[in-house]
Amino acid sequence: MTSERDNAAAVLRDNAEVAEALGRSYSAGFITEIESTGLPPGLDEETIRQLSAIKREPEWMTEWRLEAYRHWLTMPPPDWAKLKLDPIDYQALSYYSAPKQAPKSLDEVDPALLETYEKLGVPLHERAALAGVAVDAVFDSVSVGTTFRKQLADAGVLFCSMSEAIREYPELVRKYLGSVVPQGDNFFAALNSAVFSDGSFVFIPKGVRCPMELSTYFRINAQNTGQFERTLIVAEEGAYVSYLEGCTAPRRDENQLHAAVVELVALEKAQIKYSTVQNWYPGDENGIGGIYNFVTKRGDCRGDDSKISWTQVETGSAITWKYPSVVLRGDRSVGEFHSVALTHHFQQADTGTKMIHIGKDTKSKIVSKGISAGRSNNSYRGLVKVEKGAERARNYTQCDSLLIGKKCGAHTFPYMEVKNPGAIVEHEATTSKISDDQLFYCRSRGIGEEDAVSMIVDGFCKQVFRELPMEFAVEAKKLLEVSLEGAVG
Amino acid sequence: MLKIENLHARVEGKDILKGLSLTVKPGEVHAIMGPNGAGKSTLGNVLSGREGYEVTAGSVSWNGIDLLALEPEARAAAGVFLAFQYPVEIPGVNNTYFLRAALNAQRKARGEAELDSMQFLKLVREKLKIMQISDELLHRAVNEGFSGGEKKRNEIFQMAVLEPRLAILDETDSGLDIDALKQVAGGVNALRSPERSFLVVTHYQRLLDYIVPDHVHVLAGGRIVESGDKTLAHKLEEHGYAWLAEHGEPAGAQA
Repeated sequence: MTSERDNAAAVLRDNAEVAEALGRSYSAGFITEIESTGLPPGLDEETIRQLSAIKREPEWMTEWRLEAYRHWLTMPPPDWAKLKLDPIDYQALSYYSAPKQAPKSLDEVDPALLETYEKLGVPLHERAALAGVAVDAVFDSVSVGTTFRKQLADAGVLFCSMSEAIREYPELVRKYLGSVVPQGDNFFAALNSAVFSDGSFVFIPKGVRCPMELSTYFRINAQNTGQFERTLIVAEEGAYVSYLEGCTAPRRDENQLHAAVVELVALEKAQIKYSTVQNWYPGDENGIGGIYNFVTKRGDCRGDDSKISWTQVETGSAITWKYPSVVLRGDRSVGEFHSVALTHHFQQADTGTKMIHIGKDTKSKIVSKGISAGRSNNSYRGLVKVEKGAERARNYTQCDSLLIGKKCGAHTFPYMEVKNPGAIVEHEATTSKISDDQLFYCRSRGIGEEDAVSMIVDGFCKQVFRELPMEFAVEAKKLLEVSLEGAVG
Repeated sequence: MLKIENLHARVEGKDILKGLSLTVKPGEVHAIMGPNGAGKSTLGNVLSGREGYEVTAGSVSWNGIDLLALEPEARAAAGVFLAFQYPVEIPGVNNTYFLRAALNAQRKARGEAELDSMQFLKLVREKLKIMQISDELLHRAVNEGFSGGEKKRNEIFQMAVLEPRLAILDETDSGLDIDALKQVAGGVNALRSPERSFLVVTHYQRLLDYIVPDHVHVLAGGRIVESGDKTLAHKLEEHGYAWLAEHGEPAGAQA
C-alpha cells in the first residue's frame, strides 16, 4: 500500500517537473534532429503499395487500403462543421516518415529520440515502472517502442504497434479492424484507412483486468508529414482496460495534418476507459501554423452490460474536428463522454460526441466543457440517437461554455433523434463568463490575475478532470494554464 | 497605520467620495456608519483596489507606503483584507484549496516560505476552533450554494487564516439573523489584537453591540461629518440619519 502511494507521489512529482519543463508557452515545440527516411510527397495507388511494402504487410492489408483509397477518391471533403479552413493539398503531403535507423528493441532506439520523449515526460524507460504506465510511443509514422511488453504478456494482454499486430496477430486485426469505423465511414476515416502508418493495438482477453494503465504518445516531428495513426482496442468478455493518449508536435509555420482513427470494441461486461490529452501545436498568436486535427474515434458496446467512456482534454491544434462516439448495441450498455476543449488566439474546435442507443436499457452521459479565449471559436456538436428498439434508453447531456474576453465565440449544436417513445433524453446548457467580480474576489485575497483565471477555469472543468487518471489530471491542469497564457487583460 | 487624506473617488463618472480623511492606528476598531449612498462601500472598494473606482484626489498611506499605487493582490500581501458585502461564488474551486493558494501567494509576495499541505491543515484546524466553525465549509466550493450567513462566516474564516493587519468589513451584518450576527461578531472579536486594525462599515448600530468600536464616524455626502466614541452610534440609532441633516449637513448627503 505504502509503496503504491509513494509511486503515486513520484508520478505526481515527475509530472509536475515535466509540466514545469514545458515552460510558459508551447515548449513541446522543439524539433528533434534525426535522419528520417520516408516516401516523397504525393498520393496514388502506388504510394499505398509502397507504404504497405515498407511495412511488410500481407496482401489482404494492401487490398484493404486500396479499397479505402478508391472510396476516398469518390468522397468530397466535409464542409458542415463550423470551421474555416483552406483546402488541403493532399498531394503535397508525405505519407510516411520514419527515423532512419529502424529500432529492433527499446535498447536500440536512437538516444535523440529517447531524449525527445524524456523532454515530453513520457516514461519510456524503466522509470515507467514508477508511473505504472505502459507506453507505446509513435514518432511521426512509426511506433518506436512499447514498454512492459513482457509483464503485459504474462497477464495475457497484447499491446503493440499496429504494424506488428498486422504481422503477428493477423486474424485478430482482420476480425476487428474497420468493424467499428468502416473504411468509407467519412472522408478522413477513408484517407486514414488508405494510408495509416502505425498506431497501437490492444487486446484484453476474456476476464482479464489489465494490470496497468496503457498509454500511447504521439508526436509529429518531420516537416510536411501527415500523421495517420490507427488504434484498435478490443476488450473481450468481462475484460477491463484504461488507456491514455497524449499528443504533441513541434512549432512550425505550416499546418500539419493529423487524421487518426480509433476503434474500441467492448464485448459482454467489458469496460474500456479511453483518456486523451491533446496538446498538438495550436499555431501562434496570429493563427499561423498548427495542426489540423481531424479524428474519428468510435467505440462499440457490442456486448450486453458493456461500458465505454471517453475523456478528453483538448487544448492544442489549429483546428480540431472530433466526435468520440459510442454505439450502444448491447442491452444495458453504458456510454460516457467527458470533454474539456479549450481554444485561444485563432484556434477553432468543433467537437462533441455521438451516442447511438440500439440496445434496451442503454444509458449515456455527456459532459462537455468548452472554454474560449482570444478570437477563437469553440463549438459543441453532439448527436443523441435512440433507435426504435432501445426501450427505456436514457441520456443526460450537460454542455457548459465559458468565455474569456469579448472576441471569442461559443456555439452549441445538440441534435436529437428519438424513435422510441419511452426514452428519456435530457439536455442542459449554460454559457458563462469569468466575471470581474470573481477576478477581483481572488485578487483581493492575494491571488494574481492569471492564477485566478486558471483557478476559475480549473473549477469549471472539475467534473471532467475527476474522470482522468491522476497523473493526467495534473498534466491537463498545467496545460490549461499554459494555454491560457495572456488570455486576460 | 492607515492614513487617508482628502480622498476623492469617482464611480461611473459620478463623484462619490469628496474629501474623506481618516487615521486608523494599529489595534483600533473604527466603525463607519452612514445612510445608503453615502459612499461606505466605495471606501472599502477603493482601499482594496477594485477596478472602476477612480481616485481623483487625495492619498492613502498604509504603514508608510502608497496603498493606491498597488495592485489588489499586492494590497492583500501588504495585509489589507476586504470582507465582501456580497461574497462571490467560484464553482468547482474547493474552499480549502482557494484559501491555501491565497495564503501562499501572499506569503510568497512577502518573501516568506509557503506552507505545505500539512502545515496549512494544522493552521486551518486551529482557526476553525477559534472561530467555532464546523469543517464542513472547507469541503465545499468557494461560496457555492452557501446561505447568506455561511458566506459571511466564510469571509471571517478567510480573514482568520490570512491574518491581515487591516480588515475592512463591508456591511458584514447585512442579511444576517441575530444568531448568525453573534457568531460572526464573535469571530471578529477573537481576531482583535494590538497589531490588527478594523474598519467596520455598517448601516445599523446593531452590529456594534457585539463588535464594540473604539471610534465611530459618520459618513455622509462622501465625507466624514461626525466622529466620536461608541455613544455616537447609539445617538444615530435613536435619532436616525435625518438628525445629521438637522445637525447642519448639506442635503447632498442623501445622494
